[in-house]
Amino acid sequence: MRHILSILLENESGALSRVAGLFSARGYNIESLTVAATNDPSLSRMTIVTTGTEQIIEQITKQLNKLVDVVRLVSLTETAHIEREMMLMKVRATGNDSREEVKRVTDIFRGKIIDVTESTFVVEMTGDGEKLDAFIRAVGEEHIIEVVRSGTSGIARGEKSLKV
Amino acid sequence: MELSGGEIIIEALKEEGVEHIFGYPGGAVLHIYDALYKQDAVQHILVRHEQGATHAADAYARATGKPGVVLVTSGPGATNAVTGIATAFMDSVPMVIITGQVHRAMIGSDAFQEVDSVGITRPCVKHNFLVQTVEDLAPTLRKAFYVASTGRPGPVVVDVPKDITAPEVKIPFSYPRDVQMRSYNPTVSGHTGQIHKAVELLLSARRPMIYTGGGVVASEASAELTEFTQLLGYPITNTLMGLGTYPASDEQFLGMLGMHGTYEANMAMHDCDVLLAVGARFDDRVTGTTADFCPHAKIIHIDIDPASISKNIRVDVPIVGDVKQVLEVMLQAVRQTDRRAKPDDLAAWWKQINEWRATDCLAYDRNSDLIKPQFVVEKLCEVTGGDAFVASDVGQHQMFVAQFYKFNKPRRWLNSGGLGTMGFGLPGALGAKLAFPDEDVVCVTGEASIQMCIQELSTAKQFGLPVKVVNLNNRYMGMVRQWQEFNYNKRYSHSYVDALPDFVKLAESYGHVGMVIERPGDVEAALREAFAMKDRLVFMDFITDQSENVYPMIEAGKPHNVMRMRELA
Ligand SMILES: Cc1cc2nc3c(=O)[nH]c(=O)nc-3n(C[C@H](O)[C@H](O)[C@H](O)COP(=O)(O)OP(=O)(O)OC[C@H]3O[C@@H](n4cnc5c(N)ncnc54)[C@H](O)[C@@H]3O)c2cc1C
Ligand SMILES: Cc1ncc(C[n+]2csc(CCOP(=O)(O)OP(=O)(O)O)c2C)c(N)n1
Ligand SMILES: [Mg+2]
Repeated sequence: MRHILSILLENESGALSRVAGLFSARGYNIESLTVAATNDPSLSRMTIVTTGTEQIIEQITKQLNKLVDVVRLVSLTETAHIEREMMLMKVRATGNDSREEVKRVTDIFRGKIIDVTESTFVVEMTGDGEKLDAFIRAVGEEHIIEVVRSGTSGIARGEKSLKV
Repeated sequence: MELSGGEIIIEALKEEGVEHIFGYPGGAVLHIYDALYKQDAVQHILVRHEQGATHAADAYARATGKPGVVLVTSGPGATNAVTGIATAFMDSVPMVIITGQVHRAMIGSDAFQEVDSVGITRPCVKHNFLVQTVEDLAPTLRKAFYVASTGRPGPVVVDVPKDITAPEVKIPFSYPRDVQMRSYNPTVSGHTGQIHKAVELLLSARRPMIYTGGGVVASEASAELTEFTQLLGYPITNTLMGLGTYPASDEQFLGMLGMHGTYEANMAMHDCDVLLAVGARFDDRVTGTTADFCPHAKIIHIDIDPASISKNIRVDVPIVGDVKQVLEVMLQAVRQTDRRAKPDDLAAWWKQINEWRATDCLAYDRNSDLIKPQFVVEKLCEVTGGDAFVASDVGQHQMFVAQFYKFNKPRRWLNSGGLGTMGFGLPGALGAKLAFPDEDVVCVTGEASIQMCIQELSTAKQFGLPVKVVNLNNRYMGMVRQWQEFNYNKRYSHSYVDALPDFVKLAESYGHVGMVIERPGDVEAALREAFAMKDRLVFMDFITDQSENVYPMIEAGKPHNVMRMRELA
């Protein structure tokens, strides 16, 4: 099953490699991992999307908690939460028809065209992973030049928060 | 007080109460060695290989309970230490390893003797640090000792760039008393509700069993465990790492469990209806096939590391906490009630256990003309009154000590269980001897293992560490040969140790006493003679039966109640 873990991490050199190393050393899956400093510069916020049985997820959670650099950890899967991922897509856009078509699809998906040349567009799109997948399908492989995805970030809904 | 980085390290060690460190110099740590030279509060033991330093410090920690301390240089010094660090990590032994590093400005440039020590050791330490500034040095060392010795203990590496230790740069020194780490707060007192659930379960058991491990050693909870077990009158078994925490000579003790455990311990595990696991981690050498592990039992597990709980085996009553604290609460709860398991049930259970015990699963041929390794260990136990510190290497000889040396006290049995590191024994014995100069310290080893750190015979000479070496010389990597006999149709591929040295001459060349013993009748006299030489290292080379195997044995994929037993004529 897919799980999304949210982690507060000491913003120290080596902390990221401890987390990444734990996953590879113990053979756990990582679907995506995002990390950046928070409003408190001594802390990083990390979101990991992983898959595994309940028992494996329990071990992943315990092993992560054991890392000295991990300050707090919650599984967002267990609470109401929001997931977002950002994608930048470069598409081939030559000829009026095809330029119009890309614009139309981008509007439907509420994306933005943020760079335009004679032959290409760069589209910025935010949403959950499924929405981004759907957009990729809608544009069609033959028009896509490259895709850059940020990986999922997550946050709990309502009053709940992950704080020191 | 203004101090340089090198001096700060020495002061920090003094503040931590460190009397001995084990190390080996090199370019990146020369400033630290210069600071060492100028004081005599901290004694430095110069080993002959950095692996020896880590094993010696590790055994020093196992024997005393205080963190062992190692100092090595960058690059090859650090990589040579890795095996010993991993050994300590797997057995949860507190250590602080200070590694030199190249100048900060040169990090990442493939400088002379540069390796990424923090990266290389990351998967086999509890935590590690790269010190970034002189100001960080003292607080980092304080944290290192704190992390190494609290919670589930483990090794901590502190990597120190050379320029940070330079004598020119002096800063005001004060050693921090308290450590505040928002991200590290081990749980020590168990959940009261869970503890009472556990007591309920234990008191309603019909076939109870207590299975305990290295966590009891770490927690210094031997007395509580013994009292608790005797108050209830339940059978108890220890893992390899737990031996000595419950007196082996007591009737309630069933011996070690697991792959080479006793018949009675393994059968009782299989048939019990309530299992109390205490500071043990359900290792694969212990559980046999997990699908058939304790099929009838409700399981209670006390462990300070939540990740040890329900990792390999799902448990019914998890208790996260320090063994000593949890057992104290449990003891109180049991004392306060007169409810007990039904005497008839318990009597029937003991009757069954004693029938298993009557199989005498450790019996071996006592009439052989060849020296049986078991016999040597039995005699060793007799001659040392069962009270020596025994360090071992890895192999059959290690299992024979576990089976035949009756440890009645914790911290006397020093061996590498989790990593199974050949080479641990000799430096390990030296570490223990340094801590307990007036006690008998023995290294029980094999002719293959001893050669992995034999150079430490020289360290023993220089620092006057007269340990006794019992070499159970079967001219085979016996443990490997046994597996090849059982599983590879006796194809003994590369398990024969050819071209062995003359161990007597070898010992003598290092300035020690050597003996060779070839007949069973000479075993006891040789041991007595050796132990009478209090101030000499005596290397006893026992030429033992090459074909001896360790029994019982639970083979791969088998449950506790399926053991391969010795067939005696
Ligand atoms: C050749 C060979 C054969 C072997 N055969 C056997 C065998 O037959 N039987 C056997 O038992 N082993 C055997 N071993 C050893 C085995 O590999 C493991 O090392 C051993 O079983 C682990 O012991 P343990 O469960 O006590 O755990 P340890 O490794 O000692 O771990 C201790 C546990 O206690 C916890 N703990 C630590 N401190 C505390 C505290 N203060 N409070 C609470 N909990 C704490 C830790 O979190 C951990 O879970 C063999 C090894 C070798 C090399
Ligand atoms: C460093 C290392 N390499 C390899 C092994 C695998 N191994 C386990 S036991 C053993 C043989 C040990 O032989 P010896 O020291 O003579 O002991 P015996 O089994 O004969 O008593 C080997 C090679 C190991 N445990 N450690
Ligand atoms: Mg051998």
